[in-house]
Amino acid sequence: MAGELVSPTPALRGSARRTAALRLLRRRLIQAVPLMLGVVIINFCLIQMAPGSFLELMTAENQVSDPATVALLRKTYGLDDPVWMQLLKYIWALLHFDFGFSYRQNMPVIQAIWIHLPATVLLMVSSIALAISIGVAAGVVASMKVRTFWDSLVSIAAMFFYAAPSFWLGIMMIVLFSVKLGWLPVGGMMKIGGNGGVLDILHHLILPTLALGLFYAAIYTRVMRSSMLEVAQLDFVRTARAKGLSRNKVTIHHVLRNALLPVVTILGVQMGTVLAGSVVIESVFSWPGVGSLLFDSVSSRNYPVVLGIMVLGSLVVIAANIAVDLIYMWLDPRIEIR
Amino acid sequence: MSGSALPLEIVDLRTTLFTRRGEMKAVDGLSLTVGAGETVALVGESGCGKSLSALSIMRLLPDPPARIVGGQVKLNGRDIVPLPEETMLGIRGKEIGMIFQDPISSLNPVTTVEKQIVEVLMTHTELGRGQARVRAHELLELVGMPDAARRLDAYPHQLSGGMCQRVVIAMAIACSPSVLIADEPTTALDVTVQAQVLALLKKLQADAGMAMIFITHDLGVVAETADRVVVMYAGRKVEEASVDELFENPLHPYTVGLIGATPTPGAERAERLADIPGMVPPLNALPQGCAFAPRCTRVMDRCLTEKPALTVPGPGRLVACFAAERG
Repeated sequence: MAGELVSPTPALRGSARRTAALRLLRRRLIQAVPLMLGVVIINFCLIQMAPGSFLELMTAENQVSDPATVALLRKTYGLDDPVWMQLLKYIWALLHFDFGFSYRQNMPVIQAIWIHLPATVLLMVSSIALAISIGVAAGVVASMKVRTFWDSLVSIAAMFFYAAPSFWLGIMMIVLFSVKLGWLPVGGMMKIGGNGGVLDILHHLILPTLALGLFYAAIYTRVMRSSMLEVAQLDFVRTARAKGLSRNKVTIHHVLRNALLPVVTILGVQMGTVLAGSVVIESVFSWPGVGSLLFDSVSSRNYPVVLGIMVLGSLVVIAANIAVDLIYMWLDPRIEIR
Repeated sequence: MSGSALPLEIVDLRTTLFTRRGEMKAVDGLSLTVGAGETVALVGESGCGKSLSALSIMRLLPDPPARIVGGQVKLNGRDIVPLPEETMLGIRGKEIGMIFQDPISSLNPVTTVEKQIVEVLMTHTELGRGQARVRAHELLELVGMPDAARRLDAYPHQLSGGMCQRVVIAMAIACSPSVLIADEPTTALDVTVQAQVLALLKKLQADAGMAMIFITHDLGVVAETADRVVVMYAGRKVEEASVDELFENPLHPYTVGLIGATPTPGAERAERLADIPGMVPPLNALPQGCAFAPRCTRVMDRCLTEKPALTVPGPGRLVACFAAERG
């Protein structure tokens, strides 16, 4: 078979693709180390630049004015060291999973964050799941009914939810669904005195998920619609139709999977903004997550907690991006792993 | 549907593009027949309506803007133009197979070769998934895929252009169609691979007795593959002849020009390749008379005002040219 060169990469069978995925995972984890170091240094410096320290607020709140006590506290919290020394000590402590101590909660920072983390992860996961399912479905419908009433309806709705600030949307939904209609709770994560049953939590989860997720759903709808329309023009779609497949089969089996790729890409990029958005939504809905903790800690200059949340938040974003990379690899076999 | 009906008979097919700049007659009254085991080449420059003719036969026109506005496409005696889309689903891939120009982009990049072949088998036959996979393997061997068993798991980007075209061919012939449409199947391939693919198509066609429409702008390929040739210009058939007669004695000045513009291996090296001056006129601005008149070397006054109809200059031949009529 002159002229038909044997492909340089042999077909990736199941096990080969798994090995490739593991290689990717290892590479990304190694890359994450300098990234995290950068995150820690930058955030540490940012907090150093912020005026005042938590000690001032702490002493004022407890009406401590004795200079000797203040000096002792400064020494306890290591505030007398030069900044670079504090940074090195902080990094060294981080390596031992020690994020410092939160005087407000009177517990280690890691523990304070750990208590609030599940609520935030739940909100993020449900919002992203909502955004992807609505975004993909609406994008597919709009692309299949392109330039019809349905397409316009989807576009207008997407524009609205894209433009509406999520805190405003949250408040409006509280007014409508909680105050006027009384269908859904105003805020919190479970009934007061409730034992945190699954249904109770889901009931409380609906509004915050909508408020946070619809913005992203709007973005994915627009991206999915244009991606579907673009892929539908490609040659292999014509081949699929020439095989006698119905329009729906062509759309689902051939267009959809290829069209998902850009959505997955922006999903990875936006993971950080979803986390940031949850801070706002959590305070609107009194959702007892990391966002509420962050808001409270910033107001009380509880900097060890703020710093800890930023570091852990970066970890979550990096982990989510690795997951997105793996999904991308699974969706598109052309992605060769370098 | 009689047993003697031709596999493919096109009668006065008219396909029009409805655009903002007006209606364009992309295919204007095309008639042709293809017998079992016969290959008819559809030849012409880009934009002459070859590919739109093929898509019209498949009823796969991009609508909007293109629509069949008249004529018949008889597949084994049955006119498929008025058929509803659901019925066409059972015809595409089963009774008509189609091969496309760019083999790599013609395959879905995120699906394995096997799945893409199995899909067409499971759409049109009663085979279960397991049987369809066995059949897919057989088909890949039939189209001469090297190391076929291993290629089943491959994705298109892991194959060469020639191998991808073999996969596309395997899908097109999977359900033993009576008609095969090949739209520039070798244009995107290396010359050596071209020859292999042409040989493969000829062999498959001979074995199965398929009727084949072979669309190309390459007269060298035509000479190798076709039994009969239909030359198209600006949406109309301007000449039809057996392949030998066409090359020996082309009648239409456009055909003469096309043959003159084809390099021949034996020719003097210094000899400059002839070209046809000018360009194919845009379909919305066709001249009143013969569409080729502005570029024709034998143009007469009559050509500018009157469209020449097809005439029969000899047995099995057709030509639409006033100059050719006069000899």
